Amino acid sequence: MKRIKSVKDLNKIKEKTTVSSHVVPGSLNDDPVIVKVAMATCGIASGAKDTYDYFVEELKRRNVNAIVCQTGCMSYCYAEPTVEVTMPGEEPVVFGYVNTAKVQEIIDRYIIGHELVDGIIPASYKTV
Amino acid sequence: MARNYIFVCGGIGCRAMESEQLKKNLQREVILRGLSDEVQVVTTGCFGFCEKGPLVKILPDNTFYVQVTPEDAGELVYQHFIKKQKLERLLYIHPETQQRVTEARDMDFYKKQFRIALRNCGIIDPENIEEYIARDGYAALAKCLTEMTPESVIDTVKKSGLRGRGGGGFSTGLKWEITRRSPGDEKYVVCNADEGDPGAFMDRSLLEGDPHSIIEAMIICGYSIGADKGLVYIRAEYPLAIKRLQKALQQAEEAGLLGKNILGINFNFSIDIRLGAGAFVCGEETALIHSMEGCRGEPTYKPPFPSVEGYMGKPTNVNNVETFANIPVIINKGADWFSNIGTEKSKGTKVFALAGKINNVGLIEVPMGTTLREIVFDIGGGIKDGKKFKAVQTGGPSGGCLGEQFLDTPIDYDNLIEAGSMMGSGGMIVLDEDDCMVSIAKFYLEFTLHESCGKCAPCRIGNKRLHEMLEKITKGKGEKDDLKKLKALATVIKETSLCGLGQTSPNPVLSTMQNFYDEYKAHVYEKTCPAKQCKDLITFSIIEENCTGCTLCLRNCPVEAITGEKGKVHEIHQDVCIRCGICFSKCKFDAIFVE
Amino acid sequence: MINLRIDNKTISVPQGTTILEAATKVGIDIPTLCHMQLHDMNIENKPGGCRICVVEVEGRKNLAPACCTEVAEGMICRTNSVRVINARRTVMELILSDHPAECLTCAKSGQCELQNMAHRLGIRELHYTGGQSSYRIDDSPAIIRDPNKCIMCRRCEMMCNEVQTVGVLTAVQRGFNSVVMPAFQHDLMHSECTFCGQCLAVCPTGALTEVDETGAVIRALADPQKIVVVQTAPAVRAALGEEFGNKPGTLVTGKMVAALRRLGFDYVFDTDFAADLTIMEEGTELLRRLNGYLKGDKSVKLPILTSCCPAWVNFFEHQFPDMLDIPSTARSPQQMFGSIAKTYFAEKLGINRKNMVVVSIMPCVAKKYERGRKEFAVNGNPDVDIVLTTRELAYFLKLFNVDLNSLPDEEFDQPLGESTGAGVIFGTTGGVIEAAVRTAYELHTGKELPRLDFDELRGMKGLREATIDFDGLPLRIGIAHGLGNARKLLEDIQSGKSQYHAIEIMSCPGGCIGGGGQPYHHGKEEILRKRQQAIYLEDELKTIRKSHENPYIQKLYAEFLEKPMSAKAHSLLHTKYFNKHNLAHK
Repeated sequence: MKRIKSVKDLNKIKEKTTVSSHVVPGSLNDDPVIVKVAMATCGIASGAKDTYDYFVEELKRRNVNAIVCQTGCMSYCYAEPTVEVTMPGEEPVVFGYVNTAKVQEIIDRYIIGHELVDGIIPASYKTV
Repeated sequence: MARNYIFVCGGIGCRAMESEQLKKNLQREVILRGLSDEVQVVTTGCFGFCEKGPLVKILPDNTFYVQVTPEDAGELVYQHFIKKQKLERLLYIHPETQQRVTEARDMDFYKKQFRIALRNCGIIDPENIEEYIARDGYAALAKCLTEMTPESVIDTVKKSGLRGRGGGGFSTGLKWEITRRSPGDEKYVVCNADEGDPGAFMDRSLLEGDPHSIIEAMIICGYSIGADKGLVYIRAEYPLAIKRLQKALQQAEEAGLLGKNILGINFNFSIDIRLGAGAFVCGEETALIHSMEGCRGEPTYKPPFPSVEGYMGKPTNVNNVETFANIPVIINKGADWFSNIGTEKSKGTKVFALAGKINNVGLIEVPMGTTLREIVFDIGGGIKDGKKFKAVQTGGPSGGCLGEQFLDTPIDYDNLIEAGSMMGSGGMIVLDEDDCMVSIAKFYLEFTLHESCGKCAPCRIGNKRLHEMLEKITKGKGEKDDLKKLKALATVIKETSLCGLGQTSPNPVLSTMQNFYDEYKAHVYEKTCPAKQCKDLITFSIIEENCTGCTLCLRNCPVEAITGEKGKVHEIHQDVCIRCGICFSKCKFDAIFVE
Repeated sequence: MINLRIDNKTISVPQGTTILEAATKVGIDIPTLCHMQLHDMNIENKPGGCRICVVEVEGRKNLAPACCTEVAEGMICRTNSVRVINARRTVMELILSDHPAECLTCAKSGQCELQNMAHRLGIRELHYTGGQSSYRIDDSPAIIRDPNKCIMCRRCEMMCNEVQTVGVLTAVQRGFNSVVMPAFQHDLMHSECTFCGQCLAVCPTGALTEVDETGAVIRALADPQKIVVVQTAPAVRAALGEEFGNKPGTLVTGKMVAALRRLGFDYVFDTDFAADLTIMEEGTELLRRLNGYLKGDKSVKLPILTSCCPAWVNFFEHQFPDMLDIPSTARSPQQMFGSIAKTYFAEKLGINRKNMVVVSIMPCVAKKYERGRKEFAVNGNPDVDIVLTTRELAYFLKLFNVDLNSLPDEEFDQPLGESTGAGVIFGTTGGVIEAAVRTAYELHTGKELPRLDFDELRGMKGLREATIDFDGLPLRIGIAHGLGNARKLLEDIQSGKSQYHAIEIMSCPGGCIGGGGQPYHHGKEEILRKRQQAIYLEDELKTIRKSHENPYIQKLYAEFLEKPMSAKAHSLLHTKYFNKHNLAHK
């Protein structure tokens, strides 16, 4: 990346950046669906890597314009692997116990079908 | 696509109060009233407000109904979706205003958690520096370097009231100030990531989820104390955290946020990683420093404190990961903002690794002053399998067990110490009625026994003797004087040990003796284990009325201690029985009795 | 100055003073087990591990270790409150609960600091007992290591690592299993151990002791077929008296000779004689190398290093194998004595060397190792058969009902008992090189020395240097005692920085007077200073003080060896060194 030589440089990056990582090319919409997989040690131990790979593969196959990326611990240890899905223009939704079968359900019914599925984890915290 | 959603809490607490039936009833009502196209009923995970369960939340208008029974389903659907009015009687009454909460913007009342340290965990990609920058990352550093003097940074940290999150609770700002004032041509910033409490993983999650926040804070610390070198001491058992930290360091270097002339200012800072081999005692700062110097990881007497004489004999500021994670927010939002959160003497929030016999095992961050009850029953979703709460173990092997009487104590450094435990680094293990407190004390002591460095006699030998006494007591061989001796020895170990590890190692014993003395007495005088956990103090027998003679227990007994014919009442032979409990868990007719 | 109160006594002490030091100044003797300090030699051990010295400091939650807590203005300490006494005794009971109760049969009995402390603290019962540590006992030719008796005071570790920089002993394992031993639980024989014995010199318990060989001596003395010859090292006479209640620094040379006769030795000889012989050989070698060097012979290496100390020889064989050609090839006085006794003297007596038993009384445990080196034997018959330490000799005398103090002074036998003042100062740091200077000067310049006392070479500083005017040639001399100091000089030589012509090295702090086989000094350095004074006194009392003037040495050359560094002298009095760098841990 470019060297940040001043506060101005820093602010420029701040303004332009949202989230990035694996862009799955597709043509459904202009704004991509963002899928974040919690991939701390505990998440990975519970199968988050499979979940991640399956999302990438399946969204590509279904030609969904989406970004799949990793993130740290979402702190719901009891419901690993956890995944946050943000549909364009909507609030992010967190799902727990996301194995590959659940990925399939989330893609079919939520990402493509636009209806919520069971297993949502409500955000139980405020943040700065 | 449905326009409205009815979220029914499927957390274990709510399920215990028929939330599954509630969901079915709501679904039926939706169908019966022809709302299927508009309204969808969805089960969710725990909302973290279990005392008011079952909970129902309606989107998009963000209405929150509490204590909803299956019988309320019809009225709720009719009132909310047909009459388009809120069902007043099921709305939550705000404890302060005594008003029913209707407004969506007031809906955060049930969110007991507040994230400062964990602000980016689970939100950003930890391997992408730009995402960190997008969430105010390195803005605090920029502010410090361009708008603040080192003294004013220290002043801000001091005023914020931030105290060390590694367990000691020493004022972070004061530590920085002492290190700044200590004479020395070289100074060091050390991040203590040698997290070792059993069941604690706050630091790991932070480093895995938001490594840049630690890097940023270390640079700020270096700027304020006058150090140009940082070291992260991290245990080798955390490979992912190490990998992400390495990547983050590399990115920060490439971006010029580490190295020479950071942000165009005449200030240099670099950070190296040092791997620890996993000795618990190396979390003690002097032991950590010796380990980094290539010596045996054992503590030395303080003073001199590392702030005066640390790594390579130079002034060294050692802070824990979570402490550092708070720094950028304090700089960005100001000392006053931070010091408004928490209690009088403990400011801000604390991350806990909530585990044990609790439904929502997880990482939580709550403002100081939150009660154990809120943590256990609201955030944690209550005790597993509907069992009775017994105690919370905080502070790991240095802490203690707090029973029911402390459920409403606001958690802060001083209250926990007064209650006979300590904050520790943030392990919080919930115990239920099945946990034997003597065994729990023994478990923690066993940990200390293995992790003591052996340097000082009271910790090396004293803990061994304590453990042996507990072993004796749990085997039913406790003698009259043992409880007195146990307490006396524990006190001497506490008073005479060299470092924090030894000085706190008897806490699990002392606190369980203080809060659960009856259990100790039962073991010693009655030779019984009230929690029915100590194998030598329990017997398994057959309840004749319940036994159907199914032979299941007999077939599963590993030592053939059970005899009996099919269809006839079985018998357990006590002289053969090894009290493994398999018969008890296998029996389908509640015909095995433990006492 | 810092003002504080200890047990209601007010005292002002400089900043940086510990509570322990401050208390001593007002007559309060706080007990300690692990603490040890030798100011002169900059040796200090205060890990704060034993916790026996804990005291109450007002305002502090926990008790503070007096040995490593510095005083602070207005501090109020209690060293004998009920709380302190209770804690101190409990900690002592804990230490004893993991210590074998074998006092009556322990080699350290009566000299054991742990035993004394238990007595001092009035321990009559152990309230907390349980499992005890169990480790294999390590038998080496010189040192017995019984880790079961280790109390983790870490003194040996400090000596081995910081003072000697040998790095063999270290704390291993953790928790209750932690103990001091060589890495990977190797035996000392399979480590870089030099057998300097400084570990056992400071060990407060019986965890480190010397191998007891008195039995072998008793058997030899009882064998009518054997002629048993004894030699006594210079430092022994300056310390043996302590074992019989005499003040440190009491010279007991004559009584020692008498005592050895009472034990039944056939000939009581003196290692000092061999020390004079060493000077002849080593001094000649020095001059040869010096002259070659001055003539521009590039094959000659300087400085020359002394080679009397067996631990030092082990040290450079293990740690500096690239420098084996720098030390003098002269054997140590002990081995020169053995070699001459079993050739020259055996011939004189007309007996086979196999019927002669040479016993050494040494201040040293490394000598036990040295006598077993293969190169110091002829057809399997060693030049020196048995080595006893000063301590063992004391036990031996007591066993044989010999009361040293009541004996008259007697003289050594001849011909191997005659020595000069130069021979006796071999017992202290600086002595070997001073003796060498006295002879080399006269041999080199052909002139008589204007003075005999070289104060610039004496003292207790770990590293010393002096330039002696060799009639126009400024001879630069370096002196190191303690292997850590020796290492510094060697590293300077390695990197080409060394400016010395000759260097004296002794492994033990203080030299042989502080040897591992001497009566325990229990960390009291004034004892070492007193012994050093005794050595110089004996030198002063001698009529002949230069080795080359020893008439029996002159006779030995005339009758037997021809001249220094002759072929015969070479085969009997010189040796070679071996690369042991990779031998350890095999």
